Amino acid sequence: MSLPEQELNQPEIERASMEVDIACAGFGPAMGGFLTTLTKAWNENPSDPAFESKVMPGMPLQVLCYERADDLASGVSGVVTKAIGIRESFPELKPEEIPMAVGVKKEQIFYLLDPVGASKRSAMLKIGDFFLGLGKGLWIKDLAFELPWTPRFLHKDGGLVLSIGQFNQWVGGQIMSSGLVQIWPGMPVAEPLLGADGVVGVRLADQGVDKHGAPDAGFAPGMDVKARLTVVGDGPVGQISRALDPKDRRLKDEWALGMKFVIELPEDTELEPGTVWHTIGFPEPEIFGFLYVHPERLVSVGIFVPSWMGDPARTVYRYLQHYIQHPLLWKHLKDGTLRSWGAKSLEESGRRGETTLCGNGFAKIGECSGSTNMLTGSGVDEGWATGVQLGEATVELLRDGKEFTEANLNATYVKRRRASWVEKGAREAEHARGGFHKGFIRGMVGMALAGMTNGKLSLHTKVPPAYKQIRPLASLTAEKLTLKQASKLALEDGRPLHDAMMSARGWPEIPFDSRLLVTQQDALLMGGKVQAMPGFADHVVFGNKDVCFACDEKTCIAMCSGQAITLGADNAPSFEREKCVHCGGCLWNCGHSADGLEGNIEFRAGSGGFHSAEN
Amino acid sequence: MANALQIVVCAGIVPDPLQTLEPVTNPTGPGIKNEMVLPAVLDPWAASALYEAANLATKNPGSKLWLVSLGPKAKLQQVMMTVAQKVAFELVPVDGPLGGFPDAHSTAAALASAIEAIPGIDKTKVLLFGGWESASRGAGVTLQLVGEKLGIVDQFQGVDQIDVRDDGSFEVLERVEGGRHQVSVCAGAPAVLGWATGSLAEPRNNPQIGMANMRTIMPALQKAKAVTLDANGLSYVSAKLPSQQRETRVVKDMTPDAIAAELVEWIVAE
Repeated sequence: MSLPEQELNQPEIERASMEVDIACAGFGPAMGGFLTTLTKAWNENPSDPAFESKVMPGMPLQVLCYERADDLASGVSGVVTKAIGIRESFPELKPEEIPMAVGVKKEQIFYLLDPVGASKRSAMLKIGDFFLGLGKGLWIKDLAFELPWTPRFLHKDGGLVLSIGQFNQWVGGQIMSSGLVQIWPGMPVAEPLLGADGVVGVRLADQGVDKHGAPDAGFAPGMDVKARLTVVGDGPVGQISRALDPKDRRLKDEWALGMKFVIELPEDTELEPGTVWHTIGFPEPEIFGFLYVHPERLVSVGIFVPSWMGDPARTVYRYLQHYIQHPLLWKHLKDGTLRSWGAKSLEESGRRGETTLCGNGFAKIGECSGSTNMLTGSGVDEGWATGVQLGEATVELLRDGKEFTEANLNATYVKRRRASWVEKGAREAEHARGGFHKGFIRGMVGMALAGMTNGKLSLHTKVPPAYKQIRPLASLTAEKLTLKQASKLALEDGRPLHDAMMSARGWPEIPFDSRLLVTQQDALLMGGKVQAMPGFADHVVFGNKDVCFACDEKTCIAMCSGQAITLGADNAPSFEREKCVHCGGCLWNCGHSADGLEGNIEFRAGSGGFHSAEN
Repeated sequence: MANALQIVVCAGIVPDPLQTLEPVTNPTGPGIKNEMVLPAVLDPWAASALYEAANLATKNPGSKLWLVSLGPKAKLQQVMMTVAQKVAFELVPVDGPLGGFPDAHSTAAALASAIEAIPGIDKTKVLLFGGWESASRGAGVTLQLVGEKLGIVDQFQGVDQIDVRDDGSFEVLERVEGGRHQVSVCAGAPAVLGWATGSLAEPRNNPQIGMANMRTIMPALQKAKAVTLDANGLSYVSAKLPSQQRETRVVKDMTPDAIAAELVEWIVAE
C-alpha cells in the first residue's frame, strides 16, 4: 500500500483538545522577538485587562509555544549579526551575559585560491587566479587575497558574534521566567487547524506511531491546541508555514545548506574574540565561508553551499573538511579540537520568497516569512525584528479589543513590517544574487552592483525552481561515469555515496586524526548527539518511488547532513530518522519532480535533531 | 484497596552525558568545563525513579508526588521544560550549585530540610525515591543520607520494581550480584528506594500535563530557597573522565566471535 493510500484509509481519530489565547509554532530568534515583546508589555502592567485570557477568564493570557528540538539550546548556527533589532529589545544588553557571545571587533574578507586543484573553476576564473597567484608573498598570503576593504553592506559594526543555541536558551529563560509564556521543546507541531474563516490553532504531532504514522504501541494522538492567534515561526523548512500557503515551495527558489564546526583553538592562538572572516573562492568558487571567533578560544567555522551551485554532488561535510584545511584557516585550526558540529538550511530567496504574512487567526514571522536579507547575509536580526513587529501589533490589538483578523493583522503587523528597516533592506536585496545563476563572476558583479547602489542596480535573472537548479547528469557523460564509479564504491565497499563521489572527482582523502578531522558518523556524536524520541513518524517522506528509482544523481543522499539518507540496496534512497539533524536540505535537494512544480521529497514535522548547546 | 501515598523523588540535574564533558579545576574544586553552557537533563537514574513514582501515584488515587531538585534556578527551569511534560508532580526546587562534586552530607542536609518544609507532608509516611547511581560524580550515599536525616531506616538500593499491597506493605525487587533480584517485603512507608532502571519507558510528552505542572513550577522556582553547600573539609586530589577514543572502520564479513574478541581486547586494554 502506498503512503497516500494508507493516510486516506486511516479512520478519524478522537483527539484531546485545549484552548489557549496564543499558540506558537517553533522557537527561534523570530519567536524570541515576539514573545520578548509580549512579555515585556505584560510585565509593565500585569493587571492590564488587555492581557486577560479570553479562554480562561480571570487568568493572564494563555500563551504556549511548541518547539520541535529537544532543547531550546539545540539551535544550529553560529552567527554574526548587526543586532539592531536585538539591541532595541535589550538596550542594556551586555554580550558577556550570553555564553559564547562577543562584540564584533574586526572584519575581513578573503578570496581563497585552490591549494588542492580539485575545485571546479571556470576558464576566466583560472586566468584570474593565475595573475593573483603571481603576487605570492606580496598580496597573496597563505594562498588567500585579502580584500583591502569590506563593502559597507557586509559590515556588522557594533554587532555581535553569537551562538544561536546559547542565545535561544538565554532568551527562552527570560521569557519563561516572566510566567506569562510556556515554551515546550520536544513537541513538533504537525499542521495548522483550519476553521471556516481561517486558522484556529495547531495540531501537535501524533506519538506512539510507526515510521509511516500508523498507530503503534502507546499511541497518543496529537492534541489540538485551539487559539485565537497562531504565530508561525517555524524556520526555513517549517511544515506549518508551508501548509498555510500552497505557493510556499515555489516562491522559495533559492537555498543554501550551511554547515559549521565549533572548534576549540589551541592555547597560543592569535585569533582574537570578535574576529569575523568572510571567504569566497574555495572549496568551490560558489561556496561562501566564514570564521567567527567566540570568547574562550572557541571558533565557529563553516560554509554555505547554495542551490545555484548546480552540482548534484553537494557534499557539504566533506567540503567543510577541505575548507578548514585551506592554509589561511589551517594555520590557526590545525592544533584545535572539534567540539561540535551542525547544519541548517537557509532560505535565500529573501523577499522573493515572502508568502502570505498573515490571515484570519495567524501570522508568520522570521525566516519562514521571507525576512532574510541575502545581500547582507543576515537573517537572525531581521527575524527577531519581525517577531518584535508582530509582538507590538498583538499588544495593540489586545489593547484595542480587536480580533486577530487578516485585516487587523495587516493594519498592525504588516504595516509595521513594510515601514521598517527590514523591508527596506529586503527590497534592496531582492535581486542581488540573481547573477549567480549565470556564473560565479556575474554573481559577484551583480551583488556588488546591488550593494553599492542600495539595490537600484542588479543583474536580475529569472530564477528556476530549486529542483531545476540541480544540473542533470544525463547529458554529462564524464560525470555520469564518475557517479557510476562512486556508486560502485558505495555499494561494494560500504563507503557513503557522497564521500565516494568527492574522492572519485579528485578531492584528496581526509587525513583523519580522531580530534579535528573525523568521519561524519563520528561527528554526529561529538559535542552533542543526534536524537530522535521513539514513537514519532518519519518526517522525511519520498513521494513517487518511481521517480527515485529513475534518479541518477541522488542529490538527496549527497547533500544529507547527517548521512540519514543513504543508498538502499534497491538503488533508491532510504531514510533513518535517528540520524537526521533536521537541516531540511532534502526538501530542496531533490532534482526531480512528479508534478513539475516541486521536488519529490516531503519534509514533515518531526521530533529530535542535533542536540548540542554550542552550536 | 489503594493507598494514598506520599512520594518524594530526589532528582538532580546533570550535564547531558553525550555532550563533550571535560573536567576542570575551579576555585571551589573540580567541575565540568562550561557546565552552565551545556544542556542539562534530569539524572537518568532519578528520572527512572520519577516515572516509577508517577506510575505508582496514578495506581493509588489520592497520592501526592513531589520532585525535589537542587541546582541553579535557571538550569532547573530549563530542565523542567522537558520533564514537566512527562508526568504530573509538584516541584520543590532548591537553588544551589551545579555539579556532582559538593559534599554529600551538605547536599543531603539541604534536601532533607527542603522535604521537611513541604506543606502537609508527613515524613513518617513518605516513600523517598531517587537514583542509586548518577550520571555526574555519583557519591553513592546522598539518598541514604537524606533518608537518615529524615529518620527513615528501611532503605533499598538498585530497585527495579515495587508492588504496593492493599494493607500498605510493599514488595521490592533489588538488584544483587549475578544478574538476580533480591525480593524484600516491607511493612510500609516510610522507606527509601534508590532506583536502578525500573521497567517503565520514558513517558510521552503530554501537553496537558505540562500545562498543569507549569502553573505550579514557575511560582515554585521564583520562590526557590537559595542554599550554599559547605565543603566540610572535602577536597579532591584529582578528577578525570573515563578515556574515550573513537576509531571508525568499515569491516565486512566479521564473525560474531571475532567481534566479541576484539571488544574484549579493547576493554582489557582500557
